[in-house]
Amino acid sequence: MAENLSPGLDRDQLLELYRALCLTRAAEERLELLQKQGHMTGGLYRSLGQEAGAVGAAFALRRRTDGTGDFLAPTVRAVGALFLFGGDLVDFFRQYMARATGPTKGREANVHWVDYQKGFVGPVSPLGTMLEVMAGITLSFNLRGEDRVGMVFYGDGASSTGAWHEGLNFAAVQRCPLILMVEANQWAFSSPTVKNTRLESFTEKAPGYGIAAESVDGTDVLAVYEAVARAAARARSGEGAQMVELRYFRRLGHAQHDSQDYVDPALIAEWAARDPLELFHTRMLDRGWAPEGELLAIRQEVEQECEVAAEQAIAEPMPFGPDAVDDVYTDVSMPHPWTRAEISDSRSA
Amino acid sequence: MSQVVPEHLQKTARGEEVTLLEAISEGLYEEMVSDDRVFLMGEDIGVYGGAFKVTRGFLEAFGDRRVIDTPIAEGGFTGAAAGAAHMGLRPVVEMQFMDFISPAYDVLTNYIATSLYRGAGPMPMVIRGPVGGGNRGGPFHSQNIEMAFFHTPGLKIVYPSTAYDAKGLIKAAIRDDNPVIFEEHKGLYRAPALREVLPAEDYIVPLGEARTVLEGEDLTIVTYGAMVHKSVEAARTLEGDGVGVEVIDLRTLLPLDEDAIVESVKRTGRLLVVHEDTRTGGIAGEIAIRVSERAFEWLDAPMLRVTAIDAPVPYSGSLEDYFLPQVDDVVKAVRYLAAY
Repeated sequence: MAENLSPGLDRDQLLELYRALCLTRAAEERLELLQKQGHMTGGLYRSLGQEAGAVGAAFALRRRTDGTGDFLAPTVRAVGALFLFGGDLVDFFRQYMARATGPTKGREANVHWVDYQKGFVGPVSPLGTMLEVMAGITLSFNLRGEDRVGMVFYGDGASSTGAWHEGLNFAAVQRCPLILMVEANQWAFSSPTVKNTRLESFTEKAPGYGIAAESVDGTDVLAVYEAVARAAARARSGEGAQMVELRYFRRLGHAQHDSQDYVDPALIAEWAARDPLELFHTRMLDRGWAPEGELLAIRQEVEQECEVAAEQAIAEPMPFGPDAVDDVYTDVSMPHPWTRAEISDSRSA
Repeated sequence: MSQVVPEHLQKTARGEEVTLLEAISEGLYEEMVSDDRVFLMGEDIGVYGGAFKVTRGFLEAFGDRRVIDTPIAEGGFTGAAAGAAHMGLRPVVEMQFMDFISPAYDVLTNYIATSLYRGAGPMPMVIRGPVGGGNRGGPFHSQNIEMAFFHTPGLKIVYPSTAYDAKGLIKAAIRDDNPVIFEEHKGLYRAPALREVLPAEDYIVPLGEARTVLEGEDLTIVTYGAMVHKSVEAARTLEGDGVGVEVIDLRTLLPLDEDAIVESVKRTGRLLVVHEDTRTGGIAGEIAIRVSERAFEWLDAPMLRVTAIDAPVPYSGSLEDYFLPQVDDVVKAVRYLAAY
């Protein structure tokens, strides 16, 4: 039996955490390259500085592939959580490049995809919605007596929406086993936290809903893991909805097109010195959990994986335009435009 | 407060061309200068100048009491705009993308649109923001939202297609005593072909008046927004066929300029409606029934439409191009009708 080195984790688990951090970083860096090469379809979002929040949180949940595990609703900046829940790397690139072979067949972007067996549902762009949806998903766990919890990520900005409030209050009142991860990265697009709340910490909102909350250093993957493990245990034991606030900083713009010139560069530099991947790397070395060679090998490995996955996605086809009429309903196809009906001159079609 | 007009908002004063986006910025700016009851609310409109930079420089010019960066709460700040309008202010609210107007649907339809009728007084306010597809924005950054509100008496809906109209209409919308939803097609914002020199003097384009873009004798295309330009392109293509196409730009969708449509159809005898919005419940249906009511005897062919497919807006370019109406579709439809 492996020796427990840090909060209940053995060496293999620590390496898995490390690997997930590296993968998040490498996959997003690969996206930047793909964009420069002209392969990307829409916007590019980075989670630089926030990787440990997503990775540590997802690692604390039960991740299965048979539809019986815990359930995740990530944001575009919780890519690491998506990967840990089994989100496929090639699918990730397919989504960003709008390939026909992607899980949404090119109809939707980036992390906006679902896998109910692996246990995740991607977000939509309107904010707050997924808190309502996850309230319902975790309500179903209660109704069916399933030992499962849900986790939903949302940032500063979403907390201002009506949906955020309505979803959280519903989950609290119904004692849904739902963990709200507040990505307190201090920005909602160009708006600092103070434009979205008067509070110092989002955990101060929790008493208003009658739920428990913890605030944690979002750059410390082990601290995140521990806090979420506690929250998950409370949720599982029938205490209902929980909040965990991740304190960290969005070190790049809202999206790649945002140069973030409204942010003090000194502040960015300050947080760059607290890079979650480098912090964990140093800790792994300092504690003697792994030799540097092994860690560097992991980095090279995930970079290689990203390259292979991206190349595969690049080689795959774009959707066939006329397929746009399918899947609007389960049982009815939409008509093609009558002006394109080569096989028919019927105006009704 | 505003004393030195920001450099980038002086293009018209200098006699230079402006884009449709710059025309809107100038219109907003001028109305804020001339009427201190006008103020702005929206997400990232201050420090950042708006997601598309329509309000760049406004915070510096007017201060944070008149250019308010709001929390992400479309329902909340639209409701707040209603309250401010009750008190005699004239709020202009920006939706970062019009796709996100839906949380404000309740207050817009139940409260704002009914205010005057309920005896609660007029609601002078503008809700403006980017709409439209073609930018690979996917289902949540590409929608046209006019028909979600077209069915609500009490609202006005404006959708400009040129820089001249955009400036004149935004100014008219701000001066209007009714709530106006103002749609700005993001594909037209910076389109080079739409750059034009605008009059240096103050002007408005009255709400509720369509504009004849092209005159023709054989067929009327009624359209608006980005489809005006695709329709004109189709009409140019068809000049060689000897088909005279009249193109009418609605500019204001609600109230609809029924007289302009009917008058044109009575002359041409043929009607094609082109809209970027999806097909079912699109404005083509309303226009066709009005023409049927008032000009049925003048029709020489069925009234037809070219529209987007009834589906969410897809992300991938190949799907989105198929989803959206294209110039070729308009050409084919016109040829079909001309030969009918």
